[in-house]
Amino acid sequence: MNQLEKQFKIKKENLLNIYCTAGYPQLDSTAEVMLALEQHGADMVEIGMPYADPIADGPVIQESNMVALDNGMNLPLLFKQLESVKDRMTIPVILMGYLNPVLQYGIEQFCADASHAGVSGIILPDLPMYQFEKHYKQLFKKNGLSFIFLITPETSEHRIRMADKLSTGFLYAVSASATTGNAVDITSQKRYFEKLKKLQLQNPVMIGFGINNQERFHNACRYAAGAIIGSAYIKMLGTQVPVGDGTKAFISCIKGELPLAC
Amino acid sequence: MYKKLIMKNNKNNLSRPDKHGYYGEFGGAYIPEMLFPNVEELQKKYKKITGENSFKKELSLLLKDFAGRPTPLFHAERLSKEFNTNIYLKREDLCHTGAHKINNTIGQVLLAERLGKKRIIAETGAGQHGVATATVCALRGLECIVFMGAKDIERQAPNVARMKMLGATVIPALSGSQTLKDATNEAIRDWINHPHNTHYIIGSVVGPHPYPDMVARFQSIISKEIRQQLLKETGDRCPSHVIACVGGGSNAAGAFYHFIEEKKVKLIAVEAAGMGLTSGKTAATTQLGTTGILHGSKSLLMQTADGQVTEPHSISAGLDYPGIGPLHANLFKQGRVLFKNATDEEALQAAFHLAKTEGIIPALETAHAFAVLKDISFKKNDRVVICLSGRGDKDLATYMTYL
Repeated sequence: MNQLEKQFKIKKENLLNIYCTAGYPQLDSTAEVMLALEQHGADMVEIGMPYADPIADGPVIQESNMVALDNGMNLPLLFKQLESVKDRMTIPVILMGYLNPVLQYGIEQFCADASHAGVSGIILPDLPMYQFEKHYKQLFKKNGLSFIFLITPETSEHRIRMADKLSTGFLYAVSASATTGNAVDITSQKRYFEKLKKLQLQNPVMIGFGINNQERFHNACRYAAGAIIGSAYIKMLGTQVPVGDGTKAFISCIKGELPLAC
Repeated sequence: MYKKLIMKNNKNNLSRPDKHGYYGEFGGAYIPEMLFPNVEELQKKYKKITGENSFKKELSLLLKDFAGRPTPLFHAERLSKEFNTNIYLKREDLCHTGAHKINNTIGQVLLAERLGKKRIIAETGAGQHGVATATVCALRGLECIVFMGAKDIERQAPNVARMKMLGATVIPALSGSQTLKDATNEAIRDWINHPHNTHYIIGSVVGPHPYPDMVARFQSIISKEIRQQLLKETGDRCPSHVIACVGGGSNAAGAFYHFIEEKKVKLIAVEAAGMGLTSGKTAATTQLGTTGILHGSKSLLMQTADGQVTEPHSISAGLDYPGIGPLHANLFKQGRVLFKNATDEEALQAAFHLAKTEGIIPALETAHAFAVLKDISFKKNDRVVICLSGRGDKDLATYMTYL
């Protein structure tokens, strides 16, 4: 059992997963951001591997990808940064990105290096399920890496069950059919969330996309093990606030520990 | 025995993908889950719908009366004399809207209607596909949104104006190199955000399965007509050579399609070398590309060692794309198609030469196909077909600077 799977055994609800693009806002921000998230109460951290053509992402994460690439971020450097911080991280680390940079790096090498750098889960939204099952499932397993599939409100029950069967760690429920960071109508999601809950899936579900405030976080947590926040946190990092203070205030806001409206 | 034979034939057929959309090692559907329902719907229905008699009838009527097909196969006498052979031009430039692109947009709009989609999106490079899409949407009363790189909007102003006049909304893609690749990214994102009412008309033989096959089939009318016309003209349906320019590869796919299994026909694709293969400013994907994934399929693409797609360059917006369709990547790998390339300069010279020799101003994209004639040795009784994929009106601003 890797760190990610353990986390879901220890904590069953209100899990907060925060996403940040590696190398954003500065090339060497990754470690500082990860440590701040750990210190201020995130339950897991998702690090984006920058890619110039992130088709599933909205403008905020696209922009952070471009900044990170301009800063000079790439996979070899990211693994070095992750390794430098791995002994100080107790919460699980997940890598999210697109398939092409991983393929060019060499997928076997990628799995080995990710595992060595303390990563416990991988999200590659453009790797099809049947390809994963046919070619890569054993490889991820062998390296102790969870692999997380996405589902959306449009995904059929048959396919949700397939994703659930293939996923380890958790299932990533995209809260609306949208690119990341798009505003989402909460009431229209209710039925989808309820449906997911009724399916009694074997993996815990984490809800992502459009989660940008306390109300939405708590709403998601009513139906799932927790929620994933990306664009809203990237936006905060893009302001000039120091990473530590900014992260502390951000997480307090989301969890509702501060009375102010965030 | 019979079944076995069919299976063997299918396996060796280079023009069609397998059931997962692979041409050899290239193709497939590498898409995020958000796109899956729409792409799956197409995968399941495109062959059935396009195979229905009512569909075929409507398509062929529109191709005839609206697009102006069949397009002529013109024996270019002066050019033939110059190269001491027989050169025929497949006049796709005479299609309504000025290029072959409308063959595909009519087909896909009819398909979209049968899928119940009311909103059409498209990406465009030179603007030809955007204009063709806007045109057919206007004809059928459908909402049309075209994504176009901000840089292309600048260099293809007449086509932008045409799209607007046809009632389409043109949205500039401001990310990356602001060209075709980025317009495609934006169109894909739009489709993710509008999963119910929207059909995405990809303009080339790229994208996730079934697009490469679907677009190739709609464009295959080009080679189907060439066969009929050549038979009538020469008594033989097969030319010795077919030459076409390639960006993503739609006109080449159409011009090659029915000759791919005719091994005696030499197929020649011409990529844009831009400022030269070693200049760093080029779009010659097969020469410089490696296997990777872009816009939902595995193919050859120009990329860095880190797997970031590099920014291509070509004087022609339609060839300014860092990848190539999986069909072509496989034809290249298998050695079935000879890939040549032409620089910006050579394309310009070829365009001016064709204008003065045959009285036809070609699109800059098309001019690349003519630029390689001087590098090929033809026999006197060869029958060379060049796909004259588009006309040059849209490129006048560029041509004017060289007058």
